Amino acid sequence: METTLVENLPQVTWIGVLIKAVLILAVISALAGFGTFIERKVLAFMQRRLGPMHVGPYGLLQIAADGIKLFTKEDIIPQNANKLIFMIAPIITAATAFIALSSVPVFPDFTVPEFMPIIGGTFVPSIASDLNIGILFVLGMMASGLYGPLLAGMSQANKWGIIGAARTAIQFLSYEVVTGLSILAPIMLVGSLSFVDFNNYQHDEGVWLMFYQPVAFVLFLIAGFAETNRTPFDLLEHEAEVVSGYATEYSGMRWGMFFIGEYANMITISVIAAIVFMGGYNPETMLFGWSIGWLLIILKIAFFFFLMLWVRASWPHIRPDQLMWLCWKVLMPIAVINILVTALVVLV
Amino acid sequence: MSLEQFKNRNVGTQNYVKLDVGTSPKTSMEKFKQVVRRTFKGELFVGLGVVMRNMLKALFANDMHTVKYPFEKMPISPRYRAIHDMLRLLESGNYRCIGCGLCEKICISNCISMDTRYDENQRKEVSEYTINFGRCIFCGYCAEVCPELAIVHGPRYENASEQRAGFSLFEDMLTPIDKLNLQQEYDGFGAVSPNADDNIKSTPLAY
Repeated sequence: METTLVENLPQVTWIGVLIKAVLILAVISALAGFGTFIERKVLAFMQRRLGPMHVGPYGLLQIAADGIKLFTKEDIIPQNANKLIFMIAPIITAATAFIALSSVPVFPDFTVPEFMPIIGGTFVPSIASDLNIGILFVLGMMASGLYGPLLAGMSQANKWGIIGAARTAIQFLSYEVVTGLSILAPIMLVGSLSFVDFNNYQHDEGVWLMFYQPVAFVLFLIAGFAETNRTPFDLLEHEAEVVSGYATEYSGMRWGMFFIGEYANMITISVIAAIVFMGGYNPETMLFGWSIGWLLIILKIAFFFFLMLWVRASWPHIRPDQLMWLCWKVLMPIAVINILVTALVVLV
Repeated sequence: MSLEQFKNRNVGTQNYVKLDVGTSPKTSMEKFKQVVRRTFKGELFVGLGVVMRNMLKALFANDMHTVKYPFEKMPISPRYRAIHDMLRLLESGNYRCIGCGLCEKICISNCISMDTRYDENQRKEVSEYTINFGRCIFCGYCAEVCPELAIVHGPRYENASEQRAGFSLFEDMLTPIDKLNLQQEYDGFGAVSPNADDNIKSTPLAY
């Protein structure tokens, strides 16, 4: 039933894209909220605590409680802040995170049942906009998401915010090189920038790109952790040093938007890693006559999400100068060498 | 290591053992070697393993540290000094207090106030006895000085109240007569030591 061969797909209409966009917004925001719950639970278990337990069974409704709290809190704008930029900054983070998701295959494609009024029979694609430069677009959008913390920190007239913004800048300058260079080698192997081609390449080869490009995989994971501001690279808002960094003066839903953006970015990085390096959503994978490719990719994405929480519970975070040292003096040369070796192999 | 070694404050006479922390690299080649060595040592994965083991232990071996406090409580030491209890004699059910007033005298924050009178048998009985818990510092002197083990510190430590000065009456602290069989002997301040019988010597009557 499901096939990713482009020529077999029905015509994608604007209604289908609209439905897809609304679906992504709704589901990923809900997942981002649920991600905070999962993170708190997993971190708690790893420290042998119980985590949130009181709201709902096993604390499951904690998300609802947090949501109510965030929505009803007073939206404070500091007196000396640059008000416009201060108000826009969290929207940049959240919006770019969701725009990045627009060219990532998120759910299976399906057709809306005929009995639905107005939208019945509409084909909803698996990618909202199937760009042929999907990877470039996603990475570019996630990179521009860094304007959120940068502008937020600079506009709020707070020294911790300024430090957070400065750290955003150096982090951005450091890891973005590694992200691009590390993913260049798989792109050279596949010869395309479309996620669908990555999926098909790995299906044709029968091997995950992770095993062809182990160095690129590790480098991309490291850069992905930096891109999503996760431990060990959470310099932007590390509480022990800079109070809350760029988010110091934020409250209520504006603060919440930073976190929806961060968790959406975590999901995006997980999706990219799963598709580019771990085989993607192979629809021909069969189990008892059922196509379980989509189940497998959800498992892969969940694994990467869990890895981020696992690393956060285990490893200490590093200093800004160590991050720059790591990215420029260690990871970038390795990435360049990896590209050279890949190029030689592709040529010969 | 004995306690005397820690109490020795004469700097230079102690026999310290220095930890072997290695040497920091000097040349750039040594630095490079250190980076490579640390990169491939896999220590980070040891950390991941430790955390995962703890998580599995917590989830499947039922080894959680969390105590859901208002619903479940940790056992506390018998020497813990919380709100006082007034004990009764197990045989007669009468209260143990003989109205000697030692606790009132020794109380350093002056929070015990008592009044006594003679009853019809010319025995002391306690007519008034209150402890002002707004002043009590739970030092345990009253329990220590009591010759009858009548006032002791109980395990009731949740003493939040609506008023800053909370008074407790004698009857509130006294073991209820129907719970007499549940009354615990006190192990804390002023209690009889476990080897008390061995320490008893017969009083020399002849000099």
